Amino acid sequence: MAFGRSSSSGRAGHTGPSGGSDAPAPRRPGAAAIPTGGEVRRIHPVTLKILVAGGFGVGKTTMVGAVSEIRPLRTEEMLTEAGRPVDDVHGVERKTTTTVAMDFGRITLRGDLVLYLFGTPGQDRFWFLWDELAQGALGAVVLADTRRLADSFAAVDYFERRRIPFTVAVNHFDGADRYPAETVRDALDLDPGVPLVMCDARDRESVKEVLVTVVEHAMTLAAGPREHAPT
Amino acid sequence: MKETGQDPHAWYDGEAGPVVRPYAMTRGRTETDGQHRMDLIALVVPEPAAEDSGLDRSLSPEHLDIVERCVEAPQSIAELASGLDLPVGVIRVLVGDLVEDELVHVSRPVPPAELPDVNILREVINGLRAL
Ligand SMILES: Nc1nc2c(ncn2[C@@H]2O[C@H](COP(=O)(O)OP(=O)(O)O)[C@@H](O)[C@H]2O)c(=O)[nH]1
Ligand SMILES: [Mg+2]
Repeated sequence: MAFGRSSSSGRAGHTGPSGGSDAPAPRRPGAAAIPTGGEVRRIHPVTLKILVAGGFGVGKTTMVGAVSEIRPLRTEEMLTEAGRPVDDVHGVERKTTTTVAMDFGRITLRGDLVLYLFGTPGQDRFWFLWDELAQGALGAVVLADTRRLADSFAAVDYFERRRIPFTVAVNHFDGADRYPAETVRDALDLDPGVPLVMCDARDRESVKEVLVTVVEHAMTLAAGPREHAPT
Repeated sequence: MKETGQDPHAWYDGEAGPVVRPYAMTRGRTETDGQHRMDLIALVVPEPAAEDSGLDRSLSPEHLDIVERCVEAPQSIAELASGLDLPVGVIRVLVGDLVEDELVHVSRPVPPAELPDVNILREVINGLRAL
């Protein structure tokens, strides 16, 4: 499957940052006040997260922006000392760190139910950040670009190993050849149970469908024992 | 923040941000000084005491910013980091202080080990469809 490797065929579909998203007016995840016999007890929203993974330029930021009610935010996570040379010259452990930005968005589904989307940092050396992001995640989207399918291998591998429900979404760029889903599945060596959908990361409806697929898949896995391939 | 020169042995590159010393704000404390790390989507919820106006005492402007934002509406750790333009690690330390002072509490501080309940998942699907 030569098409999965980063070939130089096809033109770069990068058209500059997509600024626009017709996100609705933000609704704050408020705390619903429930009167309980004179006392007012506050019920706080349940928060959930879905990760958006994939190689550099595959459309992660675009996807988060397409559905988030807030402009995709960047939050910086500090890279702490792990695996780094420690400055022992002064006998003081230096707290110098560098940071890596990850973008995230928010979707308030109801006053008491808030979904956060996190775009994972694209580079391998930030895997440790993925571990934190993946903890407690409801599921994940692995975005793939058929011109550079190999860029998605690492993410597929990661979620497979950790048994995090994930869905592969093929982001269709202008000028990229279309391949049958089966061809892409084969190239990614996906388990039969893993959903694969086509999407346009710029399109809100399309991204909604991707997210629904992720959650439905999580539900299937939550509901029953691991499925066997149909006979 | 601190600028560093070009270090030929730097293990980071363009995707990593600038090297910073954000711990001045936390007086050198790092989040590892505490117990577990607060989940990025844990919500910081104000306690009644947070609504008091005489909140100065030993609180830094950053502490007060956090309290103020959470009084408006509970905020996740990630939102606070983004909104205040501070690294997540710093927010965790500062929120830890506020928890100690009983000005806020953190709802579900650690990520759950299991997938959410099927009913919640169904609500999520319905909510997404209705967007
Ligand atoms: N034609 C097309 N361009 C896209 C699509 N998704 C993203 N882009 C563009 O591809 C570029 C990289 O997307 P971005 O979201 O920044 O990728 P990231 O590195 O994964 O966050 C941007 O210029 C986007 O506007 C898509 O579905 N179709
Ligand atoms: Mg991006």
